[in-house]
Amino acid sequence: MLRKIRIAFAVAVLLLFTLSFMEIAELFPNFHIQNFQFLPALLSLNVIALVIIIGATLLFGRVYCSVLCPLGIFQDFFDWLANRKCFTRRNKKKYGFKEKNYNLHRWIWLGILLVAWLCGVTILVGLFEPYSAFGRMVSQLLRPLFGLCNNLVATIAQSKGNYDLFLVDVSLRSVFALIIAILTFLIVGHISFHHGRTWCNTVCPVGTILGFLSKYSLFKMRIDTTKCNHCGACAKKCKAYCIDSKNQNIDYSRCVSCFNCISNCKQGAMYYGLPKKGSVAIDGTDKPDAGRRDFLRSSMIVGAAVASQQIHARRTEQSGAVVSEFDKQIPLSPAGSVSHDNLNRFCTGCHMCIVNCPQHVLKPAGLEYGIGGILQPVMAFDKGYCNYDCTICSETCPAGAIKPISVEKKHITQVGHVVFNPDKCVVVKKEKSCGACAEHCPVGGIVMVKYQGYLTIPETHTEYCIGCGGCEYICPEHAVHIVGNPVHTEAQAPQEDKVEISDDFDFGF
Amino acid sequence: MDRREFLKALAAAGALVTIKSNGLMDVMAATSAKSGKAVDMAAVMNGEPAAMLDAALKELGGIEKFVKKGQKVVLKPNIGWARTPELGANTNPELVARMVQLCLEAGAAEVKVFDHSCDNWVRCYDLSGIQKAVEAAGGIMVPADNVSYYEKVELPKAKVLKDVLVHKAILDCDVWFNMPVLKTHGGAKLTISMKNLMGIVWDRRAIHSKGLHESIADLTTFHKPAALNIVDAYRIMTANGPQGRSENDVALTKALFASTDIVAVDTAAVKFFNQFKSMSLEEVGHIAQAQALGMGTMDLESLNVKRVKL
Repeated sequence: MLRKIRIAFAVAVLLLFTLSFMEIAELFPNFHIQNFQFLPALLSLNVIALVIIIGATLLFGRVYCSVLCPLGIFQDFFDWLANRKCFTRRNKKKYGFKEKNYNLHRWIWLGILLVAWLCGVTILVGLFEPYSAFGRMVSQLLRPLFGLCNNLVATIAQSKGNYDLFLVDVSLRSVFALIIAILTFLIVGHISFHHGRTWCNTVCPVGTILGFLSKYSLFKMRIDTTKCNHCGACAKKCKAYCIDSKNQNIDYSRCVSCFNCISNCKQGAMYYGLPKKGSVAIDGTDKPDAGRRDFLRSSMIVGAAVASQQIHARRTEQSGAVVSEFDKQIPLSPAGSVSHDNLNRFCTGCHMCIVNCPQHVLKPAGLEYGIGGILQPVMAFDKGYCNYDCTICSETCPAGAIKPISVEKKHITQVGHVVFNPDKCVVVKKEKSCGACAEHCPVGGIVMVKYQGYLTIPETHTEYCIGCGGCEYICPEHAVHIVGNPVHTEAQAPQEDKVEISDDFDFGF
Repeated sequence: MDRREFLKALAAAGALVTIKSNGLMDVMAATSAKSGKAVDMAAVMNGEPAAMLDAALKELGGIEKFVKKGQKVVLKPNIGWARTPELGANTNPELVARMVQLCLEAGAAEVKVFDHSCDNWVRCYDLSGIQKAVEAAGGIMVPADNVSYYEKVELPKAKVLKDVLVHKAILDCDVWFNMPVLKTHGGAKLTISMKNLMGIVWDRRAIHSKGLHESIADLTTFHKPAALNIVDAYRIMTANGPQGRSENDVALTKALFASTDIVAVDTAAVKFFNQFKSMSLEEVGHIAQAQALGMGTMDLESLNVKRVKL
């Protein structure tokens, strides 16, 4: 029963996340469940989510890993698949108990990720952070297929005169992100197909932290020693290899609260709850102090890391100079991200912002931000430009990499500034009028001024420019270009002069 | 074989005669109503958008003159920007809705409305209020954001823009109406009926890079011109066009101009605009260039212009 409830909830969460990441044309509401993912909540210091997740773990064990984590149920699906007839010729897969729990290695790995994070290589954390890994798989692999299906149905419907569905862009924005998603799918799929939840109990940073906490949880899987006959049926079903039926022990650092063992125990000895009188619940094969010792060790790593953070901070300060040459390529981070540094530090590359960007401006970065910023969102104006009144990306980010920003604040946030190269401009080259750039500028960052005769030429006013990219997107000759501001600055509010009109007018002809 | 072909030809000729006589009757109806020359342009002031449209159409011979029973109709307003109606960046939604209503009353089989917008089209259709108004009136909003909606059209009379991709809704319909809003524009100076034609075309960049005025003038040579150009000057944007920044850029002038002659109606609109802010016909270069291409006349004196004040 517990197992079924757990699966039902987990599947519901999986579906919601899948829909969230398949967003193609503002079809679905954003469920904001991403705000209740552990690592993003930790990064954005989302206290409510953290209290809920940690509280739930201390009360009920790793229910986060069994219900809330989309990658958890995703792996369970492969485990289920491995047990289908078409995949298993012999008997059904059996797990059993493994003595070695790699806990020390887990903590050291976590320490490495922490150091990497403090050194600005957030992507290493992002690659192993389960929610982000899942997000990239859906957004890179499933979403394009969904978009193609949508386009097919929309084309048929439109030919019949129904325009409720419309065509969406499904083109590939980043080969690199696609490769990463394919690799994640293959590796996580392979591990879970053959070795159950081994990913969660080795490289997953969330699994390590929650595994440590769940040792102290109130409700957890326990063995009623008065009933147990050491048959080991429970362990055979345990995807985490954590039940030692011989010694009637459960290694809680690995138990993911999937409840598979309960239904497999013929003796009714496996139960979930508080310790029973007369039964022995031994806390893990871990020696009592091992966890704490690991924790101390990792604290030392943190100490070392803080030093490296100082160095990192100093380094980024130096790169803050504004460069204004036309050909300079400085990437643009979306409004709300405050600075490249803030984005790079907190973004785990889940791509929630990217799939929700209605203008296809955001795409996964390659090396624009450097190694640490790979897969993080970067603005590109080949498909569109940033909507003046849109703040969707900032609303969807769970990690505080793009902080919530009001429309009013966005109107004066300069994420980059315009640079104009007259030598490339139609007006100069062909002596023809154009004005496409100024037409698309919402703030007067580019205006058309007198050139020759009635010809007008663009003039930039970077003090008003917010870097939305309208001008760069529409310019037919690539004569305007937006250079990113590594640290976002405040633009002047657009000028507004009331146009006075006399009431005394007629047709005029 | 010969007989069949002969019968076909006969049938075709018969159909032609019917159409011709229909057209003739319409013209006669229009002229007899006003007892004089047919009206070339209607200019209306001091009314609400729908009322001014009704008055203009009355002068021009009624909607029935343009829309026949069972015809597929397309309206092409300006829905270029994700702005609310008060900002004057898009055609007035009440005006568009009234036109939808009139076409349907005249027996149109369907009325489709679209614009190849600059801003995100979903937001443009929504914020402009046009989607809501059109759908309430029984029209269909059609997307225009994908190249697959367009088809290549040659412009043999054009000077620089020899071919363009035109929205299939326009190519497939029986009759279409050009419904621009009058506002300033950084490159074209003013955007009126001719500039509004850019919204039936896919590649705006080509138009800009080949010279904006020349290309706009070339667009008027498109073989299937609008049955009527209806210029919305209810609110006009007098600065910072074509997007505008706030209501400060907008003046409530309550006017409407309608004509089959795209050059004439734009000429009239420029002269109207000139009362509020200096704007010469020379500055809006594409108008004279379209006249040179033989697409209409800038000489309003030579036309029968009907002025109505409500």
